[in-house]
Amino acid sequence: MTTVLKEVDAVCIGVGFTGSILARELTKAGLKVVGLERGANRSAREDFALPSVRDDLKYAVRQELFQDTQLETVSLRHAPAETALPIRRLGSFLPGTGVGGAGAHWNGVTWRLTPSDHALRSHLESRYGKGAVPAEMTIEDFPVSYDELEPYYDRFEKLLGVSGKAGNLRGQKIDGGNVFEGPRQNDYPNKPLAVSMAGSIMEKASRELGYHPFRAPAANMSEAYTNPEGVTLGACEYCGHCERFGCEANAKSSPQSCILPVLLADDRFELRAHAHVRELVYDKEACKVKAVRYVDTRTGEEYEQPAGIVILGAYVFNNMLLMRLAGISEQYDPATGKGALGRNYCYQVSGNNVTVFFADKEINPFMAAGASFGTNIDDFNGDNFDHGGLGFFGGAWISAGTSNGRPILTRPVPPGTPRWGRDWKKATAKWYNHAFNIGASGCNYAHRENYLDLDPTYRDALGRPLVRMTYNFHDNDYKLSEYIGAALGKIARAMNPTAMSSPAVRRGNYNVVPYQSTHNTGGTITGTDPKTSVVNRYLQSWNADNLFVMGASVFPQNASYNPTGLVGALAYYSAAAITTQYLKRPGPLVQG
Amino acid sequence: MADETIPRRDFLKGAVGTAAALTTVRSVPAEAQAASQAATAAAPEPEPLLTLTATEHAFILAAVDTIIPADELSPSGSDCGVAAFIDRQLAGAYGMGARLYRQGPFPKAKPELGYQLSLNPREFFRAGIESANAWSRKTYGKEFDRLSETDREAALKAMEEGKAPFDGFDSRMFFNALLQITMEGFFADPIYGGNRDMAAWKMVGYPGLPATYREEIRTYFGKKYDKPPRSIADFS
Repeated sequence: MTTVLKEVDAVCIGVGFTGSILARELTKAGLKVVGLERGANRSAREDFALPSVRDDLKYAVRQELFQDTQLETVSLRHAPAETALPIRRLGSFLPGTGVGGAGAHWNGVTWRLTPSDHALRSHLESRYGKGAVPAEMTIEDFPVSYDELEPYYDRFEKLLGVSGKAGNLRGQKIDGGNVFEGPRQNDYPNKPLAVSMAGSIMEKASRELGYHPFRAPAANMSEAYTNPEGVTLGACEYCGHCERFGCEANAKSSPQSCILPVLLADDRFELRAHAHVRELVYDKEACKVKAVRYVDTRTGEEYEQPAGIVILGAYVFNNMLLMRLAGISEQYDPATGKGALGRNYCYQVSGNNVTVFFADKEINPFMAAGASFGTNIDDFNGDNFDHGGLGFFGGAWISAGTSNGRPILTRPVPPGTPRWGRDWKKATAKWYNHAFNIGASGCNYAHRENYLDLDPTYRDALGRPLVRMTYNFHDNDYKLSEYIGAALGKIARAMNPTAMSSPAVRRGNYNVVPYQSTHNTGGTITGTDPKTSVVNRYLQSWNADNLFVMGASVFPQNASYNPTGLVGALAYYSAAAITTQYLKRPGPLVQG
Repeated sequence: MADETIPRRDFLKGAVGTAAALTTVRSVPAEAQAASQAATAAAPEPEPLLTLTATEHAFILAAVDTIIPADELSPSGSDCGVAAFIDRQLAGAYGMGARLYRQGPFPKAKPELGYQLSLNPREFFRAGIESANAWSRKTYGKEFDRLSETDREAALKAMEEGKAPFDGFDSRMFFNALLQITMEGFFADPIYGGNRDMAAWKMVGYPGLPATYREEIRTYFGKKYDKPPRSIADFS
């Protein structure tokens, strides 16, 4: 029995960053909006309070805030010929659940893509020649250019109160900021975080090598900050408990700390937690999603919520799943190249790192903020260096710093140290406070054989098929990783450490066990052609006018940069299109 | 084997020397320990167990003390409460398979696909300890916890390197799970029963709570932070 509810103006599926932003923009435009969140309601006061919020075992290891894989997961195979098996325990990536979504437990790294990242295919073809991009590399341009999106990046950074320093202010390059970034109209809303010992060592070494160090933009408040919504965030305590944790000080930007206070106070918004959306009710002829069906996870009862506008703001996999089950776009098939849904699933080429040890320096890794609390360089990122003759495209941001010193997971020892026993103890006690990591986050460019569809065998707790991920690293990724590994080694040696590990390089199959990054992208990508993309430049479904899809599932490929900055900017961009265009004239905003 | 029918725990209780000491010595303040010994002149209470059998407990005690031996840096793993931690974790939600997708089928899988067995962690450790002890009997003629320290080290190393052929699954898988949960117990907040007296945090210089360093991030730049650690319990 499904109870049909009274129609509302708009429904948001998922109440994380994108759901909160869209709900806020639509309620401001006068709409009545319902937010459906599969998980529990979570507030900083109730759920992220001291002292329990510092429980490393509960949050970082036992994964308290993440999607419960007992109920929902995805399956993986490395190639189309293999049989996929479910990811039974989260490891490689950590999707959120509950109000705030992953925005409650992220680290806070908030980037913009570079102008060439936005126009990736045309940029590479113009610089390296028409045939330079291999046939299997199915990269695309974002249909929205950097310049078009710049005001929306700015808006999202102001919502979050991002700490940082501009490196390109209206075309003027500024030393100490990221000189490779696209031109910004405004500086960051908050000054950079304090300098860490690791960051200062990185800054000196990379300058000596002729690189351009800067401090990574961080949604961790260097100073208390009041955002344009009138919400005040606290100053960061450098507690070293960002990623995997909530913030008791409201000093890390999250839906809770930035936007939910105003949204929840608005009568036009209604939050329904424990509301797990099972399916979209699609009317193909009308080109609309008429309603969403959800299960109240407290009672098992099913409801149908009709809505004028549907905002799909779940994580990458559920965005794809809900569209696939409703038959809204054609499933991508790697054999023929036909179909758009599930196409261009990408991840991140991570795993490049080197650990440096300094006998005479106190690092204090436990005094840290989440967002790569150190110093970055972008000299090896994107197309900031000449790829002529290298045999690969893309690059990586490189960062040296500390995000935490929580010893269950963070206790570096020099190479050759056993993993246990007396010698392990000696080395751990000796080096815990004297080491840090230089890491890299590499671009992952789309490959013909990497995609999402439905698993034929395994099901979730609602009886729906799991999303099946067909994914592996390919030639471009391995070459990129070798190149970045060499760069890391060079930087590490320039630091003149007492000891260093040999730079780790990505080799072998994608492994779901060690944590790599929660930067899963693609599957419902944005583009200009309905045959190869799922949503248009406004994130509007080509086949359902009133369906707007949020989040990194719309990325045609993954840049090196952590996705949240772009996710937020695109959410504001889409919201502006809905409120200024769609509400006046409901229908396709781009003719397909 | 005949002696498998004898409850392991009773056997250990009756024994003297190393094995008995392993089950009983706990890290309590020296004064209290002296007082208790003076009062009763008997061995301290054995640890109450929630789920581990006596045989499993003996194995875990021996394993955590080999992984974390007592030295000038810290008491042994079991004296730090790591065996108690493991018993509690396996008896609770984690042990019962919380956050573990358990729908079949369960075909043999390449390791990059992660854990693919139908066993929850409690069942996994039961099977793993059985296999480890069976291998130990075959190789050394006795169970793991009755081996000398040198042999225990060699046995764990063989498991770590996949050179201990286990019945059922790869010994590396079991060893890695054992190492992981031992380190969790050693380094987690003491509220879970391990890391007694914050011994592991003292060993590395991790200050624990409250971790509010807004001033210290500047005043301790490049300097050792030498405040004694505090636990969640100290703020509750």
